[in-house]
Amino acid sequence: MLENEPCSIIENEYVKPGKGQAFNRVKLRNLRNGRVLEKTFKSGDSLEGADVMEYDMEYLYSDGEFWHFMATDGSFEQHGASEEALGDTIKWLKEQEVYVVTLFNGAVLTVAPPNFVELEVVETDPGLKGDTANGGNKPATLTTGAVVKVPLFINIGDKLRVDTRSGEYVSRA
Amino acid sequence: MWQPSAKREALLARQTLNQTIRQFFAERDVLEVETPYLSQAAVCDPNIEPMQTNDVRYLHTSPEYAMKRLLCAGMGDIFEIARVFRRGEAGRRHNPEFSMLEWYRVGWDHQQLMLEVADITLAMLAPRYPSLPVVKLTYADAMQTYAKLDVRQASDEEVARAGIGLAGQDLDLNRDGWLDVIMSHAVEPTLPANTLVFIEDFPASQAALAKVSADDSGWPVARRFELYFNGAELANGYHELTDAAEQRRRFSAEAQGRPVDENLLAALAHGMPECAGVAMGLDRLLMMVLGTDNIADVLAFDWSRA
Repeated sequence: MLENEPCSIIENEYVKPGKGQAFNRVKLRNLRNGRVLEKTFKSGDSLEGADVMEYDMEYLYSDGEFWHFMATDGSFEQHGASEEALGDTIKWLKEQEVYVVTLFNGAVLTVAPPNFVELEVVETDPGLKGDTANGGNKPATLTTGAVVKVPLFINIGDKLRVDTRSGEYVSRA
Repeated sequence: MWQPSAKREALLARQTLNQTIRQFFAERDVLEVETPYLSQAAVCDPNIEPMQTNDVRYLHTSPEYAMKRLLCAGMGDIFEIARVFRRGEAGRRHNPEFSMLEWYRVGWDHQQLMLEVADITLAMLAPRYPSLPVVKLTYADAMQTYAKLDVRQASDEEVARAGIGLAGQDLDLNRDGWLDVIMSHAVEPTLPANTLVFIEDFPASQAALAKVSADDSGWPVARRFELYFNGAELANGYHELTDAAEQRRRFSAEAQGRPVDENLLAALAHGMPECAGVAMGLDRLLMMVLGTDNIADVLAFDWSRA
């Protein structure tokens, strides 16, 4: 915990100048927004541990304010994520898909999508027959509202496999 | 974890280093000594924490006190290669148990000693660096050049502000604490590379057991130096304080409830010859010789495997 924000330590270097005071130069990642920051502490100083847990959870539904997930470990435990906690993952939400939900003090901190999701195209220019291999792409809007670049042969109603890390089209599903 | 953390090449480099040291001092008639690792008294330095054994002896954190008693007893120029122990000092460049070379030159000041430190360091680094430039900077110049801070003029608030900027937060330190932050965060990493850099004339408040006198501008400085090489501190030397009353005053100011070494104080009262002394971290030197940034690579078994 740093300034009330849960962080993970990426690097921790012990520094001691000559006869002087010892420090630890620490690189931390803010678990809420992913930002990396560098801070120096006096050696021996302690920080409060963050009560952070990761769970596999299935996406159920949204009530407009919260997006609800259910644990897949058989506990059927449910948690609602705010729009802020969802972040970019909102573009890749699909019912019955399993997400990694990070809980902090029992509340949803972040939701990470699987590396690949399959989503349907709801809007794109008409497909061009025969153009399967080379050149050209066009934007396609998916059921979640995400827009990805796709090859020209893709039609409305096609299911696509998308890499959520890059936001890129992989193949037709 | 039963395997060593060092390769055979590193063990061999250590053997070569020890031979270089013994030959260097044999040629200069400096006597090799061994002093106790376990002492009844502890170090007084507020920033160094000793380890204690069950029967209330302390593992030494450097052979300094015992060697000074030898100097007071008239043994002349002496050196020691010792294993020393410091609680909590573990990291990429620190192992709580490490090897130290310490030596004293009777009748010398720190300027003469710096020349010898440069000579032996060049000899020790020769397997990797056949020749290296040597530069000397004052503490004030180093702070001015690499941290844009005028330590002679800067107020405590200005020093703290510069330190907070580098640390990313207020660590509630005194002036010397913030100067340490600036030194380790801004100065050390930006000193010229592949160069032996001596920094001398530390603020008087960081004198430890060095003589204090005014520099050319009248600013009181500790007659002390540190040697840096490629971002790492390798050695720390002093024109040694010989005033017994002043030594007792500094000792008791820094003792923090640890037993003060009365044997040392008695020896100093008897009289310590004018001399200069220096301590060098041999594991760091080996890291430089082998081109590694991890102290575990030069230790047969590092702290986690010991």
